[in-house]
Amino acid sequence: MDEAIQRRGESFGERLARHGLALTRERTTALQVNVGFACDLACGHCHLEAGPARGEMMQLEVMAEVIACARRFRFASIDLTGGAPELVPELPYLVRGVAPETPRLIVRTNLVSLEGERGEELLRLYRELQVVLVASLPAGNQSQTEAQRGVGVWQRSIRVLERLNALGYGLPGSPLELDLVSNPSGAFLPPQQLQAQEKFRRDLARKHGVSFHNLYTFANVPLGRFRSFLERSGNLDGYLEKLWAGFNPCAVAGLMCRSQLSVDWRGRLYDCDFHLARGLAHGGAARFISDLVELPPAGTPIAAADHCYACTVGSGFT
Amino acid sequence: METYYDPRDLGSFAEIGKDAPELAGKFFDYYNEVFAEGELTEREKALIALAVAHTVQCPYCIDAYTRACLEKGSHLGEMTEALHVVTAIRGGASLVHGVQMRKIAEKLSL
Repeated sequence: MDEAIQRRGESFGERLARHGLALTRERTTALQVNVGFACDLACGHCHLEAGPARGEMMQLEVMAEVIACARRFRFASIDLTGGAPELVPELPYLVRGVAPETPRLIVRTNLVSLEGERGEELLRLYRELQVVLVASLPAGNQSQTEAQRGVGVWQRSIRVLERLNALGYGLPGSPLELDLVSNPSGAFLPPQQLQAQEKFRRDLARKHGVSFHNLYTFANVPLGRFRSFLERSGNLDGYLEKLWAGFNPCAVAGLMCRSQLSVDWRGRLYDCDFHLARGLAHGGAARFISDLVELPPAGTPIAAADHCYACTVGSGFT
Repeated sequence: METYYDPRDLGSFAEIGKDAPELAGKFFDYYNEVFAEGELTEREKALIALAVAHTVQCPYCIDAYTRACLEKGSHLGEMTEALHVVTAIRGGASLVHGVQMRKIAEKLSL
């Protein structure tokens, strides 16, 4: 149990039990593919500690296994994430391979990795295949964005958003979906999603003429680089207390881990990207996507961990 | 060093109702209703509260509404501008009384 949570005397698993709940799988409809931890940014909230010094990247052989899995199970959505997926040399192979196998292919981006000629090549591919882009942007202002993501990132991000709009992404009524993801730039919880979406829309349109479709707000998970920040800044206990105190049992039913499988750059399976960061394998033991002959049945237990409190605080984050 | 203000005391605010529960109940009901979404958003109300907190110089309120503003989606630029609004009003309130000063001085002077 997390020591700070232990001081509250109740782990996430115990909390679920007190409410008569169990963390189990429903029908699996989504596949999240983490293609590696290489990133050109080193964001302060990153639970994976992705960054320029990380070399872990998915290779062709694992990509082929992911594509084969997508063919076998026809997921409602496939979600490619990282690190920065754009830095993985063979990403176009994976994108082309899985796109025909799902009605909704999502690629996450930190925006700045879409700069330059390589970015333009990928954007052409994304547009051709109608890939949904989900871009990280913690705030609608420079100071909070750069506090989390590094100096100079704000202007670069805005330029890439302008480019995406010019290509048709994020425009009202456009089928080229561009969504934003906002994580708080510190040891506090995110705002209510719809209100934040309207504020982002207003601020980005008024100041930069930029548009997008949906905004998703997520609480920071106390793992990796964000946990180091919490410890260093003396915020760990207060933040965990906030997550603990804000536990909402009604949020458990909608947790993404109940309907999603995550696969890492080596092909190992997890129930979510946070369990992936912690090395908590799906099913309790290392299993590979190549060995997945059937999807886990409804009712399969999911490991409960104390970082799960970050997904059940308030109205919940999935 | 001991001080009169301890940040942990904020969490004990509800204890103020122990010896006057009905009044405290009415106050907290009113308080919660005030900060609920209405014609103003919760975010806008938190910004007003933050600004007023600085005017009344309540460290508990500054702590609580700095956090609230960040969690309602405001950023430091907006929060700082809100402080300048109350500073302008507070300074203006002093300065505008200069009209009284001038009137009195004019009456007394040759």
